[in-house]
Amino acid sequence: MSADTLVQLLYLVSTALFIMSLRWMSDPETARKGVFSGVAAMTLAVVGTLAGVIATGGTHYWWILGAFAAGAAVGYPLAQVPLTAVPQRTALSHAFGGLAAGLVGTAKYFLYFGQHNEAALSPFIVIALVAEILLGFLTFTGSILAAGKLQEVKWIPQRPVTYPLQNVSNLALFALALALGVALVLHPLAPWAPWAFGGIILLSLAFGVLLVIPIGGADMPTVISILNAYAGLSAVAMGFVLNNKLLITAGALDGSSGLILSIIMCKAMNRSFFNVLFGAFGQAQAKAAGGEEKAYKEDTIESAAQVMEQASLVVIVPGYGMAVAQAQHKVREVYDLLKKRGVTVKFAIHPVAGRMPGHMNVLLAEAEIPYTDLVEMDEINGDLPQADVALIIGANDVVNPAARSDKTSPIYGMPIIDADKAKTIYAIKRSKAPGFAGIDNELYFLDKTFMLFGDAKSVVGELARKLAGEGGH
Amino acid sequence: MIILMALSENAAPVAGGGHGELDFMGALFVFMLATFIGVMVIQRVSRLLHTPLMSLTNAISAIAVVGALIVSAGKDYPGYITALGLIAIFCSTTNIVSGFLITDRMLKMFKKREGGSISASKGEPEHASRAIGGVAKS
Repeated sequence: MSADTLVQLLYLVSTALFIMSLRWMSDPETARKGVFSGVAAMTLAVVGTLAGVIATGGTHYWWILGAFAAGAAVGYPLAQVPLTAVPQRTALSHAFGGLAAGLVGTAKYFLYFGQHNEAALSPFIVIALVAEILLGFLTFTGSILAAGKLQEVKWIPQRPVTYPLQNVSNLALFALALALGVALVLHPLAPWAPWAFGGIILLSLAFGVLLVIPIGGADMPTVISILNAYAGLSAVAMGFVLNNKLLITAGALDGSSGLILSIIMCKAMNRSFFNVLFGAFGQAQAKAAGGEEKAYKEDTIESAAQVMEQASLVVIVPGYGMAVAQAQHKVREVYDLLKKRGVTVKFAIHPVAGRMPGHMNVLLAEAEIPYTDLVEMDEINGDLPQADVALIIGANDVVNPAARSDKTSPIYGMPIIDADKAKTIYAIKRSKAPGFAGIDNELYFLDKTFMLFGDAKSVVGELARKLAGEGGH
Repeated sequence: MIILMALSENAAPVAGGGHGELDFMGALFVFMLATFIGVMVIQRVSRLLHTPLMSLTNAISAIAVVGALIVSAGKDYPGYITALGLIAIFCSTTNIVSGFLITDRMLKMFKKREGGSISASKGEPEHASRAIGGVAKS
């Protein structure tokens, strides 16, 4: 058996393991097997590649070992971040993935150019190279910026940044990059070709910034998913360049995952892809803010506790506010205390609650709330009319009834959790200002709604104390 | 999108691109099939696990390490090519290590019932069974 056959066999097994890895993610029961399968697949991929490299006479093994060690040294602490920082970590890791693809593409091009290798720079390869660096470097800067926004780094604007002719200028730059790409495909070895290549790199880096800068926090789940897809597609393009089927398959798996998550996120916000990328949310918000002041009806935490004790079904709707305040452990105390009194407690999870897909589920799982009580929006909505209490913790747009009724609202048409159908509503809110989208929420002004103002963690903590204190057994 | 353009522009000509036994139609077939498999597999992933799914696919996309290795280990390549490859190895390894570790860390937290199987304080009745939220029972 030749070395190449052995390498291909290892790649074949690795591919199967990658597919199984994702297959096992269909159920929390088997999901950890999926991780082991993924680790095994990656190990086989690296071993196979090394075997191939050794067989064809490679060098620099100590340097390579050093790069592996350095990567592991940085990767390990990145895996230990608190779970509230998972969206930033994910964005950062997309950035690393994009950069790796972009650098390999760059290295390959300059290698062939230096060798004056006309055969290697066939139109197909050059197209793949251009796609690889475009997607790679765009993902790199876009993800860095997204991570910065999520981490709330001071000098990065949190609010969507919009300016006149934004889309026109973006499209013009894109057309320029495309023109450079076509020129490169036609004349990959021309003396000016490396400059065109460099130009595409710079434009891609700029694109990443320009695509993410008009995105607000509420759109982050969609954008992170799109960047995930781009990172995968850049690996696919690398596979075309290197004629490596393992890269193509694994990249395609990643790309389709990003694609599906983006579609789910878009549906959950009733927006199209195009709209998320080109129709900055900020423009619609500006006019919605303002208008006459309405009065909130406040209540004491003590009476909220009394109402909840009497309830038979309490539905908790968590949102980004719970994550920011790190209130999940206090929420767990309330959950326990209510359960002890025979109250059924369920969590209503909106697909875009938080800053990345599935964000709330992970935080609540961290607080050891059994996942069987975390219920998707579509499933819980049928139960909400029977709910005695809906407790809203730092969620806003995902429970705003304007999405159902008010055609002028920027969130009109977005599927929401029907918290307004519960018999009584308690809403925990940081301040009296409108939420992230700058839209008033009618839910807060219903007769049956009572506001509890304050930091989610301290309000929920106080609620737990009251629930614990008054039982007396 | 760009990949699709590549397809339409190159579907007919360029036989034997000269780069080893480059088989780009074969590569496109693999890409197409892998995308379909990916879409079908991912559609079945429990919504509960979308965050771990994303960190797992992060780690999987670090398969770029394969390309980075090939570039870094090439003999007689100019130094800057090797350097680019080594940085790419570093980036990919970061994703492999942190991606798999954090995915496992998160998945460990998903428990069906508190305190494992034993405690389950005197058989509290499990309410509203339809609330199992799309999780397929195995």
